[in-house]
Amino acid sequence: MQFWNKEAETLKKQKLRELQLERLKKTLRRVYQKVPHYRAKFQQAKVKPDDIKYLEDVNKLPFTTKEDLYVDYPFGLVTLPIEKLIRLHTSSGTTGKPKAIFFSKKDINNSAELIARCLVMTGAKQGDILQNSMTYGLFTGAFVMHYGAEKVGILVIPAGPGNTERQINLMRDFGTTMIHITPSYALYVASVIYDKGIDPRRDLKLKRAYLGAEPYSEETRKKIEDMLGIDIYNCYGLTEMNGPGVGFECKYKAGLHIWEDNFLMEVINPDTGEPVKEGEIGELVLTTLNREAMPLIRYRTRDLTRIIPQPCKCGRTHRRISRILGRSDDMFIVKGVNIFPQQIEQVLMSIKGVAQNYQIVLESYDEMTVKVEIDRELFDGKIERLIKMKEEIIDKIRSATMVKPKVELLEPGTLPISEGKAKRVIDNRTI
Amino acid sequence: MKIKQLSVFLENKRGRLYEALKALADAGINIRALSIADTSEFGILRMIVTDPEKAKEILENNEFTVKLTNVIAMAVKDKPGGLAESLRYLYDANINIEYIYAFVEKSGEKAVVVIRTENLDKTISLLQEKDIKLLSWDDVLAL
Repeated sequence: MQFWNKEAETLKKQKLRELQLERLKKTLRRVYQKVPHYRAKFQQAKVKPDDIKYLEDVNKLPFTTKEDLYVDYPFGLVTLPIEKLIRLHTSSGTTGKPKAIFFSKKDINNSAELIARCLVMTGAKQGDILQNSMTYGLFTGAFVMHYGAEKVGILVIPAGPGNTERQINLMRDFGTTMIHITPSYALYVASVIYDKGIDPRRDLKLKRAYLGAEPYSEETRKKIEDMLGIDIYNCYGLTEMNGPGVGFECKYKAGLHIWEDNFLMEVINPDTGEPVKEGEIGELVLTTLNREAMPLIRYRTRDLTRIIPQPCKCGRTHRRISRILGRSDDMFIVKGVNIFPQQIEQVLMSIKGVAQNYQIVLESYDEMTVKVEIDRELFDGKIERLIKMKEEIIDKIRSATMVKPKVELLEPGTLPISEGKAKRVIDNRTI
Repeated sequence: MKIKQLSVFLENKRGRLYEALKALADAGINIRALSIADTSEFGILRMIVTDPEKAKEILENNEFTVKLTNVIAMAVKDKPGGLAESLRYLYDANINIEYIYAFVEKSGEKAVVVIRTENLDKTISLLQEKDIKLLSWDDVLAL
């Protein structure tokens, strides 16, 4: 197993906790002194940086939400004089204005360090050639990856996205061994490679791909891996937290390691703000532990995941999270149980004979109806099979969510077709 | 000796059966035999029609979910015990019936039933051995 920074990556649990606490305290003092908005928030929550004596005390601190990023916009949360800032990145906001995130020289260097760890963790090394097919622009994705790869000594081809013909020529002519790309574009490029009669195993040198920025399923990963004969690694990041490289898969592809010396992670119930039991699904909350220009305290990512507490075979002590399961805004409650549409979706994806499209209809607080279309191709005319399939769906949803659903099988094409973000939950309940 | 049956998935909602039948009627397709297997929310409409391939295409163009299935059309004596006699052979041979329903028309003096079993080939050879008349597709069209 290769490491970029073996000492940091395999730091003993206890030492890692101590380092986290030390960095957390430092970060809290910094924002309390330098950011009026944070000081006001802390005062409102009746907490001072010195009240945080243990890592567990973190839940005394107020959350940072995306709304906080618009207070005293755009420099409101910055802790350095403006002339010390060397980079702005933005992330699309819902209110019209983009979220603005600033980096100091040290921050840029540090985010590159983390990417270097990530890349080496997947087996990349000097001599590799990275085709960086993410957008170079306001979005962080391409830049941070670029710097991290250069740090490792990897030759970077700053391809950017689009122009598929050229992407394929670059791969072929320069012997690209790894590519950083969005999942949907990866699928498209792979299909064009096939259409052109190129055999990726023979004609290309591609070994691995880093896919992020959009959610994608395990099935999609396998499909692209098979098409191209490569390994695909899942990466997680958000502009508010440096961009990519917050979490990354190692060779074992069994969850994403979060660099805990740089980020303090919590998983909370998005409704109550309370921590969930370790291993349960909830919203990921991150605190930067090593950021200079714009530290963020308990930032609500709105991304749903769960912590994988078991140690990883790779030897890194930094805990892993599961792939992002969805957005916390989608959560709903039936019979007092928190349920995410993604739990239902996972069940449906595991059942043969149903199509991808589904809808959850809520008419009362103790019942949910799951409407699912049958798969036209797999319909075999047998009613027994449909009845059995329906029972299987009910059973599996019950064991996944603890709530026994009503299931309705529908004709294909009955549910509204959803482009991108689907409206999965129809809540007709009145209080 | 197998004939084609049309199986259509139907949601249990107002007008859905009518819509399926209307689509076939507009295309001049005649239904020779029909049955519905249903649960509280959905059912499967099974039909023997004059042009199954065309019927399938028409229904699919109308967004229905359709499958062509092989079944047997068997002529039995139109008198008490006529059907039971034939089924007895299947029972003795341990062949399970998945479903069975009747044609409206007769074949000469005989009643015609559609039957689907777990093993069609075995059923066909067994019934032929026992001199039960099985209808060919031409026979079905001539009813």
